[in-house]
Amino acid sequence: MLKKDVPQDVGIAEGLKEVCYAVDEQGRYVLVPSVGWEPKNITNSQAWEVIQAELEETRLQVAAGVVSPIAYFMIKNLMDVRLLSQYVGLWHWRVKRHLKPAVFKKLSPEILQRYAAVFAISVEELLDVSRIINQPPAVRQK
Amino acid sequence: MEIAFNHRQSAHCESGVTANLISHYGHKVSEAMAFGIGAGLFFGYIPFIRLNHLPLTTFRCVTGNILKRATRSLGIVMQSQTFRNPEAAMTALDSVLEQGIPVGIQTGAYWLPYFPPAYRFHFNMHNSVVIGREGEVYKISDPVFPEPVLCPRRELMFARFAKGVLAPHGRMYFFTNVPENLDLATAVTGGINAVTKSMLSTPIPIIGVRGIRFLANRLEKWPHNLGEAKAILHLGQLVRMQEEIGTGGAGFRFMFAAFLQEAAQVLAEPRLQDLSARMTLIGDLWREFAVSAARNCKGRAGAGDSYPAMAGMLRNCAADEEALYRDLRALVG
Repeated sequence: MLKKDVPQDVGIAEGLKEVCYAVDEQGRYVLVPSVGWEPKNITNSQAWEVIQAELEETRLQVAAGVVSPIAYFMIKNLMDVRLLSQYVGLWHWRVKRHLKPAVFKKLSPEILQRYAAVFAISVEELLDVSRIINQPPAVRQK
Repeated sequence: MEIAFNHRQSAHCESGVTANLISHYGHKVSEAMAFGIGAGLFFGYIPFIRLNHLPLTTFRCVTGNILKRATRSLGIVMQSQTFRNPEAAMTALDSVLEQGIPVGIQTGAYWLPYFPPAYRFHFNMHNSVVIGREGEVYKISDPVFPEPVLCPRRELMFARFAKGVLAPHGRMYFFTNVPENLDLATAVTGGINAVTKSMLSTPIPIIGVRGIRFLANRLEKWPHNLGEAKAILHLGQLVRMQEEIGTGGAGFRFMFAAFLQEAAQVLAEPRLQDLSARMTLIGDLWREFAVSAARNCKGRAGAGDSYPAMAGMLRNCAADEEALYRDLRALVG
């Protein structure tokens, strides 16, 4: 890649410049700042779109009473049951059970507090199902 | 307090940290040089390890190995430590910092507040150097950022104890002894030999040049085996692994070409310049592949962007890389 060909396509990095390796006129390698490259922007947005679609699906499931709010915040924080269980310090089969609304309703304040801390929200927010249901379909940056 | 630390922005976190730390002790070592003597270049397509439910493709060696290999081959003594207790990890960091020693840390990128949101995935192998502290705020030389950044204590503690795959467990490391003279020539030869060995002579078919061919065969069948929608997700993941997360472009191929240029000087072997130029062309091939793949992701694939055509590009990369490593081995090994 020649120095003059280093792509400058604004996108995911939001103006943050990273450095690219490219060759100058004398054929020597130099570090060239780049604000982004279109293929990178496309594939990064693709990854976020998949997550957003999953989040929207989970929101509808919370609304339908199929899963508990923990499932929603888990997806929102890009986690799966295994990762979440490591963060809250519980066995993963327990976390899996907590995704059921009936089990979720009976959780102790102490356990709820652990989940809330990992999601960086208050216990009230965690319990507030209507707030999740009324979330507009989430759109992350393009 | 703040340590006078020369922050240089790099393309890749680990090789950048390695280069900046060595340079702090009075040696001029570039990122590309650290990457080369750390034998960072690699290829592996590992379908049974999944990231976000998609197969892992790596263009670099196992995380931590660049630092380990580069310091060891230069005779630098490094102390590395992990912790069980987060508070103890922060206290240990503070006490080393108080002695005026810059401390490398491994963190989970998801919890670092200074990261742009689009990059905040659960990625646990991010390296940076802590260079100062003012009360509850740490100053960090994060090599993928243009300037040093600030991070509050609480967030830093959380990031050092991120959970999941390859969890950092609060890992920190610092140099305790750096020799006055570095034997770069031996280290360069060692790095090149390690790379040619892993790329040419690994018995496992998913690694090295064989791994590239293996991926080409798999990729050709993705639309048939996975269906069009999933095939596109696999392509997207491949391009992200190749171009994102600070590779310097083309899955580290350009960075290695820059290393070969420097190696030509160190070993006084001008023929390495030609090999560097060839590596650059290989990097350009990888970039063409990324363009084609991204067109597929966007639904704008032309006639030249079919899956067999992309597999053909990968086979070209494999053939050119194989020839290059053989010549490299004949020249240096």
